Amino acid sequence: MSGPTPAPGPGEPTTPVPQPEEAMGPRSGELVSGTASPAGAGSLPQPEIIAVREGMFGVKQGGDTTGYGGLVQPVAMPGAAERPYGGWFDEAVDVLAEVLGAQGVAFDDAVERVVVDPPRSSRAGAHAELTLWVAREHLVRVCQALRDDQDLRFELSLGVSGVHYPHDAGRELHAVYHLTSVTHGRQLRLEVACPDVDPHVPSTTAVYPANDWHERETFDFFGIVFDGHPGLARIEMPDDWPGHPQRKDYPLGGIPVEYKGATVPPPDTRRQYS
Amino acid sequence: MSTPTTGYRATRPPVGDFDPGTPSYEASGGDWDEIAREVVGEERIVVNMGPQHPSTHGVLRLMLEIDGETVTEARCGVGYLHTGIEKNMEFRTWTQGTTFCTRMDYLAPFFQEAAFCLGTEKLLGITDDVPERASVIRVLMMELNRISSHLVCLGTGGNEMGATTVMTIGFTAREEILRLFEAATGLRMNHAYIRPGGVAQDVPDGFTDQVRRAMKEVRKYLGQLGDLMLANPIFKARLTDVGTLDLAGCMALGITGPVLRSTGLPYDVRKAFPYCGYETYDFDVPTGTNADCYDRVVIRVEECYQSLKIVEQALERLDATTGDPVMVADRKIAWPAQLAVGGDGQGNSLDHIRTIMGTSMEALIHHFKLVTEGFRVPVGQAWQTVEHPRGELGVHVVSDGGTKPYRAHFRDPSFNNLQAVSVMCEGGQVADVVVAVASLDPVLGGVDR
Repeated sequence: MSGPTPAPGPGEPTTPVPQPEEAMGPRSGELVSGTASPAGAGSLPQPEIIAVREGMFGVKQGGDTTGYGGLVQPVAMPGAAERPYGGWFDEAVDVLAEVLGAQGVAFDDAVERVVVDPPRSSRAGAHAELTLWVAREHLVRVCQALRDDQDLRFELSLGVSGVHYPHDAGRELHAVYHLTSVTHGRQLRLEVACPDVDPHVPSTTAVYPANDWHERETFDFFGIVFDGHPGLARIEMPDDWPGHPQRKDYPLGGIPVEYKGATVPPPDTRRQYS
Repeated sequence: MSTPTTGYRATRPPVGDFDPGTPSYEASGGDWDEIAREVVGEERIVVNMGPQHPSTHGVLRLMLEIDGETVTEARCGVGYLHTGIEKNMEFRTWTQGTTFCTRMDYLAPFFQEAAFCLGTEKLLGITDDVPERASVIRVLMMELNRISSHLVCLGTGGNEMGATTVMTIGFTAREEILRLFEAATGLRMNHAYIRPGGVAQDVPDGFTDQVRRAMKEVRKYLGQLGDLMLANPIFKARLTDVGTLDLAGCMALGITGPVLRSTGLPYDVRKAFPYCGYETYDFDVPTGTNADCYDRVVIRVEECYQSLKIVEQALERLDATTGDPVMVADRKIAWPAQLAVGGDGQGNSLDHIRTIMGTSMEALIHHFKLVTEGFRVPVGQAWQTVEHPRGELGVHVVSDGGTKPYRAHFRDPSFNNLQAVSVMCEGGQVADVVVAVASLDPVLGGVDR
């Protein structure tokens, strides 16, 4: 094939929308577990497609001489896990469901998805990590339950980090909370998604005062507004800085470097291996 | 300047958070004393300490409201050293990532490297495949680094209180350790020595003996430091019951490391969530009871001795595993880091280049692909914490299945611990601020990243 691919005509089918079960990765069989499994807990059992990779070797311009130009690979994060999760995960999830239930919140409303990655059955199953995808309106309640219940006791918050998934329509911005239980020796991750057009997540500083600066950092870099934060100002960038630098659509702004007569292009303009 | 108006303010009022009833004043020159007396009716002094101040460990800006010698309010400003390391890592391969994260907390480079590589290995699913010798070298380097980092903390902390000898001894002892780093990695800092899958290369011949000789010296200097500081009445008077923060305060603010242990809680990631085989080493976690700056100094000195204990065990294991691999066997991951010292310093081994260029086309292709493109890391995210000299360092790595990190976030302990400055300093004296900040031991390279 030479030249750019012609645009599909009016009658021709366009590129089919990739489905979660087509998700491929180097260890896709192992990694994307419980794909579209209805048995998984939560209201959002499917894995989230975070990108669609086209072609191979990163060729973007010119003719496709590789023959792989038509390859379309959806990239999906690990999906909801099935019971049993293994280890202490089942017990913790059960206790959380019980505590939330006592407060009149259905577990499936508060927790959208329970992810165990890598899956217990895989080779690296001993290093599995538990991620609870929490609906943003229930975040503070879930944090409070995780901190205060004596069987959970995630008393130490190790901060918030943001991730920007521009392809995850309606859930572009993710805030990830890292909790540690010193009492029980456990680590847990909460993930909250919010759309780019409404980037609001309730602040957890009332439960974990430690998240104060971390939420400011996430606001600074991703533009997630933490409602109820005592002073949500930029922390790393200057106060009048336009934009949020860690978003994927924010350019790196690299400059070419000259070295021994040759010019080294900035990393963001070098070939990308897709 | 007289009656309250809603005129210009030095800083923009936060949107939607500005009560119209809040009095606002306009000043157009004049002596601050008079302005303050006229407006507030009392003297209110806000002192900016830093960002260029020798006692703020870099470019930390402290805003202190003082009443005489008493600090009534203390706030920190950070961000002066933000260099976008996390963003840059998204544009480099996973292996190149170590050259970036090593520059975050420049006094403890090995910890960032180790945490990032452990996180990457979790994503790759090769945590259990990392050779024993590589883990031992990592532990050795991290513990040596812990000593060198604590020595800087103790040395600069002493210097800030006017004890110059403490600093000179601390830095002299650190020099011994930096020489070891240079021998093993080629560099005194910014090593990029720990790589996903293992370490860049094996330690040089005779390294264990060199470490043993150096440790004898370090032990001597540590003894001198202890003699100088721990029973010194002036030192004790300056540090005891200063900058206290109890267990509840530490937990609420997410404070970890020596500051948390000074409250008596023996929380150490090496014991709580072991990595690199720490569960197989014999060492203790020193704690304090008073939760003050003096306890933190004692803990740091004691931790240096515990690190020496781990170093000795690691050296024995290194001697027992001489010749074993230091990188995973998977050639699709193992970075071909055949290095040699040439006339202009350390670089690629010319012998290796001659071999792959001259004898094996496939080896050349493989080398080229791995170095330019890198290896692919399965889709997913991982969280890895390590016990950093300043607390719990967390790394959150996300991969989209490509050859570069989709996101790499570092939860730097200094960044988090600086939140404690206000509670530690308020109500104390200005001179105590210096002591309290020194006891947190922030490194602004790590804070701002």
